[in-house]
Amino acid sequence: MSAKLETLSLNLQKHLGERIKSLKTALGEITIEVDVADYVAVMQTLRNEPDLNFEELVDLCGVDYSTYGNVERTDKRYAAVSHLLSIANNWRLRVRCFAQDDDFPSVPSVVDIWNSVNWFEREAFDLYGIVFPGHDDLRRILTDYGFIGHPFRKDFPISGYVEMRYDPDQQRVIYQPVTIEPREVTPRIVREATYGDVE
Amino acid sequence: MAELRNFTLNFGPQHPAAHGVLRMVLELDGEVVMRADPHIGLLHRATEKLAENKTWVQSLPYMDRLDYVSMMCNEHAYCLAIEKLLGIDVPVRAQYIRVMFDEITRVLNHLLWVGCHGLDVGAMTMVLYAFREREDLVDAYEAVSGARMHAAYYRPGGVYRDLPDRMPQYRESQWKSAAQIKPFNEARSGSLLDFLDDFVTRFPTLLDEYETLLTDNRIWKQRLVDVGIVTPERALQRGFSGAMLRGSGIAWDLRKKQPYEVYDRLDFDIPVGTNGDSYDRYLVRMEEMRQSNRIIKQCIDWLRANPGPVITANHKVAPPAREDMKSNMEELIHHFKLCTEGIHVPEGEAYAAVEHPKGEFGIYMISDGANKPYRLKIRAPGYVHLSAMDEMCRGHMLAGVVTIIGTQDVVFGEIDR
Repeated sequence: MSAKLETLSLNLQKHLGERIKSLKTALGEITIEVDVADYVAVMQTLRNEPDLNFEELVDLCGVDYSTYGNVERTDKRYAAVSHLLSIANNWRLRVRCFAQDDDFPSVPSVVDIWNSVNWFEREAFDLYGIVFPGHDDLRRILTDYGFIGHPFRKDFPISGYVEMRYDPDQQRVIYQPVTIEPREVTPRIVREATYGDVE
Repeated sequence: MAELRNFTLNFGPQHPAAHGVLRMVLELDGEVVMRADPHIGLLHRATEKLAENKTWVQSLPYMDRLDYVSMMCNEHAYCLAIEKLLGIDVPVRAQYIRVMFDEITRVLNHLLWVGCHGLDVGAMTMVLYAFREREDLVDAYEAVSGARMHAAYYRPGGVYRDLPDRMPQYRESQWKSAAQIKPFNEARSGSLLDFLDDFVTRFPTLLDEYETLLTDNRIWKQRLVDVGIVTPERALQRGFSGAMLRGSGIAWDLRKKQPYEVYDRLDFDIPVGTNGDSYDRYLVRMEEMRQSNRIIKQCIDWLRANPGPVITANHKVAPPAREDMKSNMEELIHHFKLCTEGIHVPEGEAYAAVEHPKGEFGIYMISDGANKPYRLKIRAPGYVHLSAMDEMCRGHMLAGVVTIIGTQDVVFGEIDR
């Protein structure tokens, strides 16, 4: 671990302490996990504390962990993952926050801390159905007007449910159930730990 | 007294100045914009979802189609993320080739930008000149990958193949005689590097030409100066990157601050603006082209002197040479596994960002150890910049909106993904 990451992880522990549920360093990146209850306060500290000083929120995205590793999972399903960048200190951080309820995932909004998150939260809502209380304009953003469902969830088929075509009889564009079958050319494979008899 | 009301105007998605498929609902008070609400997603193709259903290498060509004016830079971020997860090293020659093509891409992007921005604002000539030079650079793309735009040239572990030794030439036809095509073929008589060398010697003069058309042009300045001012504080708050951030006076460039590939061995400067208006961003981008030109020149000199492999010898990642494959059982197995099942990337997550011509282009990847990504998130710079559209447009005239769309350098391939 480089000196810079060392400093960052010490600073994180100093200022966030117990509020960090887990801190992981891998591939030269630090990932912290926080509880929904602490999320906004943690983000506020990350931005305002001069030792951390994350002025920019680079990215926020939803993740659906339901089929991770091709095995049955009992953990929480949805998470909001954000990437922060400090221009003054030249370091980055990843913050993950799991939504508590799988049926109605919700993570508080940080739009008042970083305005740049506005569209990212709209996107996570649109694609994963994660709700961000505190966001005053949580509309769909990427999908079509009147779209139903959250397409990036793992249980949403890649071909979707409806297709659109022009109907010459009605002389307008209509929606109808999809007529194509999903097909998989290369299956998804997660190799078992003992694959190829190597330790 | 008559009742005055704001009215709303639907700008795009078919407006020629809307750069593709931007639909904006503008609330106007007279000619002054009170609120701008961009509606995006008309070009949404769910690239990230598609990538979850394709092997790692299969979704590489999708990257070209994100920001379709800076194709190779998108591939670069994607390859960097995979390489980070795999923990493999890329041969130095491949790194130089990538850097060279990144900078070619930056010039390609900025040329298109200056042409279209000019066209939006009323400087019709620019686009013709810009496309004349783009032609040479897309020829370089074609020489190396076979495609003028969607190259799919970078691979995890290096690049697809080494630079060609000769350039394709124009042929005599019933429309063009041998004498007519001779001047076109002069620069193409040598290798790709000779061709590019010729380009980089010509290009600074051509840039000066562009600047005589625009930089001190009274109309150009009237349309750009003080339009869309972003203060450094707001730029950070809105997550800006690239020329949008540097135009506001923050010297932040990933090539310098978090160098990837061989940028730390190359000599170049970072232009920074002072006022944060559209005109400063124009100056920053023009200067960036000059700096890219310098970088390309340095790469050409290095590549001439240093032959070597251009893709990793790790055959769990990159396929072996066909010749070896036909004489060696093990290589044959590697080839078979790579072409049927694909790469297996170890479990983990990584974020890799490059200094894309438009800003910070990042790829966030989660792998669960499978032959396909578990989650791929594309962090597109244009998406973030466009989200600040409302803030930048407020209080400007309707004509200013067109300038601001131009100055943000939006491309819908990456915004809608």
